Amino acid sequence: MASSHAPRPLASVPPSPAKPAPVPAKAQTGAEALIRCLEREGVEYVFGLSGGAAMPIFDALVDSKIKLILVRHEQGATHMADGYARSTGKPGVVLVTSGPGATNTVTGLLTALMDSCPMIVLTGQTISPMLGKDAFQEADVTGITYPVVKHSYLVKNPNDIPRVTREAFHLANSGRPGPVLIDLPKDVTSAPCTAPFVDEVDLPGYRVPGHPDPDALKKAAALIAKSRKPVLYVGQGAVISGAGPAIMKLAEKLQAPIVNTLLGKGACAEDHPLHQGMLGMHGTAYANKTVTDCDMIMAIGARWDDRITGKLSEFCVGATKIHVDIDTAEFNKIVRPDVSIAADAKLAIEDLLPLVDKLDSADWLKQIGDWRKQFPLKYAKRGGLRAQHVLDRLDELGGRDCILTTDVGQHQMWAAQFCLTTKNRHWLSSGGAGTMGYGFPAAIGAQFANPGKKVWCIVGDGGFQMTMCELATAALHKLPVKILIINNAYLGMVRQWQELFFENRLSGVDLEGNPDFVKLAGAYGIKAWRIKRPAEVDRVLKAAMDWNDGPCLVDAEVMKEDNVFPMIAAGAARRDMIIERPKQKMAKPEGST
Amino acid sequence: MSATAAAAISAAPTAPVHTISILVRNKPGVLVRIALVFARRGYNIESLVVSTDVADGEFSRMTITCSGDPVTLEQIIKQVTKLIDVVHAFDHTGQAVYETEVGLVKLKCAITERTEILQIAELYSAKVVDYGVDSLIVRIVGAKEKLDVFLDLLRTYQIVELVRSGKVIMTRGLGTT
Repeated sequence: MASSHAPRPLASVPPSPAKPAPVPAKAQTGAEALIRCLEREGVEYVFGLSGGAAMPIFDALVDSKIKLILVRHEQGATHMADGYARSTGKPGVVLVTSGPGATNTVTGLLTALMDSCPMIVLTGQTISPMLGKDAFQEADVTGITYPVVKHSYLVKNPNDIPRVTREAFHLANSGRPGPVLIDLPKDVTSAPCTAPFVDEVDLPGYRVPGHPDPDALKKAAALIAKSRKPVLYVGQGAVISGAGPAIMKLAEKLQAPIVNTLLGKGACAEDHPLHQGMLGMHGTAYANKTVTDCDMIMAIGARWDDRITGKLSEFCVGATKIHVDIDTAEFNKIVRPDVSIAADAKLAIEDLLPLVDKLDSADWLKQIGDWRKQFPLKYAKRGGLRAQHVLDRLDELGGRDCILTTDVGQHQMWAAQFCLTTKNRHWLSSGGAGTMGYGFPAAIGAQFANPGKKVWCIVGDGGFQMTMCELATAALHKLPVKILIINNAYLGMVRQWQELFFENRLSGVDLEGNPDFVKLAGAYGIKAWRIKRPAEVDRVLKAAMDWNDGPCLVDAEVMKEDNVFPMIAAGAARRDMIIERPKQKMAKPEGST
Repeated sequence: MSATAAAAISAAPTAPVHTISILVRNKPGVLVRIALVFARRGYNIESLVVSTDVADGEFSRMTITCSGDPVTLEQIIKQVTKLIDVVHAFDHTGQAVYETEVGLVKLKCAITERTEILQIAELYSAKVVDYGVDSLIVRIVGAKEKLDVFLDLLRTYQIVELVRSGKVIMTRGLGTT
């Protein structure tokens, strides 16, 4: 970072919105202080599951206006908090007990960390004199979670609770957001807390970039001005900072095409003529061709993930690379950019706008338009029910106005391709971690946060079964979440790889033994439909769209052996993209998974 | 001596050795968090020294020597810097720094060998800090290379135990370590 771009001191953090008396009126326990702190942070919901070591905290919640959402499994609580957070931009809060309660949050923590999602996980812990003595339900929770948190605390003194809580919320949702865990021994939450509430944090090792360095920006503008084949590559950072409108202005001013990552969906409206959809392993052919042939690529809040670059040595060779990121550790991690801009994405683009002019890109845009005509996303309309058809119709029948969550696998990629996202924070999907079981609880969290919006969760039959115990949670709260199961009775993405790269030797992918999902929904008192034929799709989707009496479920029995295309195999070069089922045997991919 | 010194230096690992200075807040778990950043990327820590930075105990100082490829190290330093409790992390390799290390060597030796060992010790300004009937403890202070050569010379005798503190450094002048 240049010296003119001094990091902002953290002492200037604005105080949290709610501001009761700075000193508690009466003596309170650590747990009560904790709940007051959550109230001061504006927390509306806590997603949790109780247990012995967390009992003082659950007890303190009884007297709070914060709503406790009791889940059926702690992993569900983390994904609900995640869905709440991604759909609002506010941290989601999880409360669980010690030992297994805490370890069940690890997958949710990883999911949140990989996708920069703000989350607070409060874990009960055995009493502090018993730490390290193998007490009942004791686990070294801070130790287990070090690699999957942005930061964590083990609170030993009840008077640290106000400071730790304020720091945790500040850390979770500033800079590059992420999960923060607070481990709370039961004696600490039971003991009196006399410390005053705090508004400011003192974290000398924590610096958050804000506005970009003007020199870096000038350098970037000069490189952009030389480009005739530019592309803006937009990621989750743009979603988080709300950079979409600024990026649209930049794209229109430059006349540059936009592509986005799986998580970048929604930052910029995917139905805009300059938008080429998602790039990467299963991105659109025209987005990938745009990136292959560009002479300048500007990453905005994106991290050159291996799903995006494919074979790194052949990625955008010769193209100028500009990288905007709030996390300076992302510079030079995968790609060495010509200019790196350490800044908030929105501020960076807004500051860049006055420095650039329209580019001579008419030929380039025409070329991309030709690719769009030549290689559209397509699927066969005959020969049985296809997932793409169901998702294409969902998009047509109002899906773009809904919040969509997905699980992980084929259905996720088809949804990303066919369900265009036009609004920020309306597409929630586990990208970095690829967590099956994410979609349904995330939808519950998003629905709690957005009672006025329609929320669809698009899941596969495999992932749905990992967290479907939360059907009880959704039913109990009469949440109008709409569950769309793309049911091919397979772990379809792995089956696709086995077909393409392992001579179709199927191993561990057949989900024989699936329940009847319609009957299962019935057991929870949830309305459900089954779709078996293309002709039934519109009627059922419309009925589900209009269903408001609690959750509903659509079990779409799609053809079992369909594949997601286009596809760039892991570690393969972009030019080796395959558009349809290959005729000859393919080499095993060299890239990561 | 010069021939031995050359041998000792050429025996050093081929991957460049880096000396990193880290200023951290003295919080529980900070050492584990830093160690995990190295471990996850398969990077080998050769020595690690932790000490308090100033009297009030709010900050600690870590000096890490490690070897491996520089690209991975760049990422490691960035990831370490990103840790909330890390105030700064600098790679001082190639910079003007004062560096030193302490070595303690316990030797089993017959009376007849003592004079030779004492002569070598004197040559290297090492000090005998424990004098037993059939043993000596020698303390040597200096740069890593000096210790390497000295210990090499002592290998012809019977070394029973060896403890090295690991390297500590400080930038010369008023620069920040």
